Amino acid sequence: MNEQKAENILEVHDIIMAFGGLMALINLNFKVAKGLIKAIIGPNGAGKTTLFNVITGAFPPTEGTVRFKGQPIQNLKAHEIAARGISRTFQTVELFTNMTVLENVMVGCHTRTRSSFIASGFRLPRVKREEEKIRAKAMETLEFVGLAEKANEAADSLPLGERKILEIGRALATEPELVCLDEPAAGLNETETQAAADLIRRIKERQITVLLVEHDMKVVMDISDDIMVLNYGEMIAEGSPAEIRDNPKVIEAYLGGEENDA
Amino acid sequence: MLQIRKLPIIVFALLIIAFPWIARGIPGIGNYPDIMVFAGIYSLITIGLSLLMGYAGQISLGQAAFFGIGAYISSILTTKYGLNPWICMGTGMGVAVIVATLVGVPSLKLRGHYLAMATLAFGIIVYIIFNEEGEWTGGPDGMIGIPGLSLFGFQFNSVEKYYYLVWFFVFAVFLFTINIIQSRAGRALRAIHISEAASNAMGVDVARYKIMVFVYSAALASLAGSLYAHYLNFINPSTFDLFFSIKLLIMIALGGMHDIWGAIFGALLITFLSFEWLHFFEEFEVIVYGLILLGVTMFLPHGLAGLPDMVKDWLRK
Repeated sequence: MNEQKAENILEVHDIIMAFGGLMALINLNFKVAKGLIKAIIGPNGAGKTTLFNVITGAFPPTEGTVRFKGQPIQNLKAHEIAARGISRTFQTVELFTNMTVLENVMVGCHTRTRSSFIASGFRLPRVKREEEKIRAKAMETLEFVGLAEKANEAADSLPLGERKILEIGRALATEPELVCLDEPAAGLNETETQAAADLIRRIKERQITVLLVEHDMKVVMDISDDIMVLNYGEMIAEGSPAEIRDNPKVIEAYLGGEENDA
Repeated sequence: MLQIRKLPIIVFALLIIAFPWIARGIPGIGNYPDIMVFAGIYSLITIGLSLLMGYAGQISLGQAAFFGIGAYISSILTTKYGLNPWICMGTGMGVAVIVATLVGVPSLKLRGHYLAMATLAFGIIVYIIFNEEGEWTGGPDGMIGIPGLSLFGFQFNSVEKYYYLVWFFVFAVFLFTINIIQSRAGRALRAIHISEAASNAMGVDVARYKIMVFVYSAALASLAGSLYAHYLNFINPSTFDLFFSIKLLIMIALGGMHDIWGAIFGALLITFLSFEWLHFFEEFEVIVYGLILLGVTMFLPHGLAGLPDMVKDWLRK
């Protein structure tokens, strides 16, 4: 294993998320080490996406704290959390279907740019300059994820594999330090899955920490440095891929659950 | 990439500039420049509404109220306090901005039908105020004696002069709005239309942008209201009723909501229909509007602005 003495970029303490009587997350405690890939696995309904929603500020947790680079963020709004440096993708791809591939990534540049509503209306020189910058940055991001030649196509004309890649690109355009990927390989064929896994590795090479929810066990075992297992909102195991593979609790949770094909 | 081409704008501007001359030469359309003044005034409102509804995806059934706020503030401040009309125009826009913020902050948290209901209720309340606050607004009889506009001694005292003034505003607002659409702010608005969750995750302050675009559309409606009052020199509340808000929606639906040009096409067409071409139907006029809206939603989902693409697709098949 890697030297994990390094600092933790994200620390989650005693998170409880209740929807009415339903406890979606129960006393979750975990840390994410900077620069690594941490996977969150577990049967459907285990609370993985809910956890992403809490971390990225879609809704605040019922109780508990989330610290990002030492600062509590659990009560910040989603757009403020994005500005702090956490970005995400969605399980059901949420691209801006009214835009081109390039424009989608340009929206990702929103949080690192300034031009206001009024200044844009007057198209001040600095607005023009910033627009050029945004376009160049978005293009560079598309090159990184491998979609540069589709820049001017409509986002919803892409096949699923590329839509998922584009969503990752859009998230990267926010210049995150932590990116939360919600099932990047779901619904993809083998080649596409491989491309997604390669991309995630290259994201790590850029010193960006990855939090990964994924059902494809091969991908998870191949690329993760660290895995945590959720079941009914509780963490039942945490460790290296090898440790998780042999953990009897994990095996039971998965084999006990009927519908999972992992 | 959303790119609004410049050539059509230049062509359209030349047509607008030339139109009064052309109209003079053709018998039977001598009153068209007058109608065009109203079309221009309505275009100011529909441009804002198009940005709000077509681009940002937020519905408003209360635009007539902001139109009325501009008209009444200009009228009250000029007739009762003798203030300079341009100052009144600015004040009207300022009040519209404040009111839109107060209405927008709670109601823009609502979506879809609820937002429509909230703005509808707002429109009705303002309409009742225009009717009932007789001391200020003249009640159902309205207000008369509203002065015209002048600038550095130049009087906008003929139809043609006012025509150029109004269309100057339309072009300024049109270009300003196009710049917004093709910028960071415009992309944020279009993003909100599709997914608020994803917009938030990209760092777009969704709540703030929704309020800004609502406020912007309100300010434009108020500007239009002031121009309306100073042109007609007389106003009454029935101009600012719910039906006018709906008529504005019909304008942008007919013109094409997803295209800023649709705002102008729709305003032009509906203005000419209601001032000139639909008199024949008299009280059944409203049914014709209903049929137009029905027809557009069924056969022209992208409005007139979407027609060229529809024809292209159709020819390809």
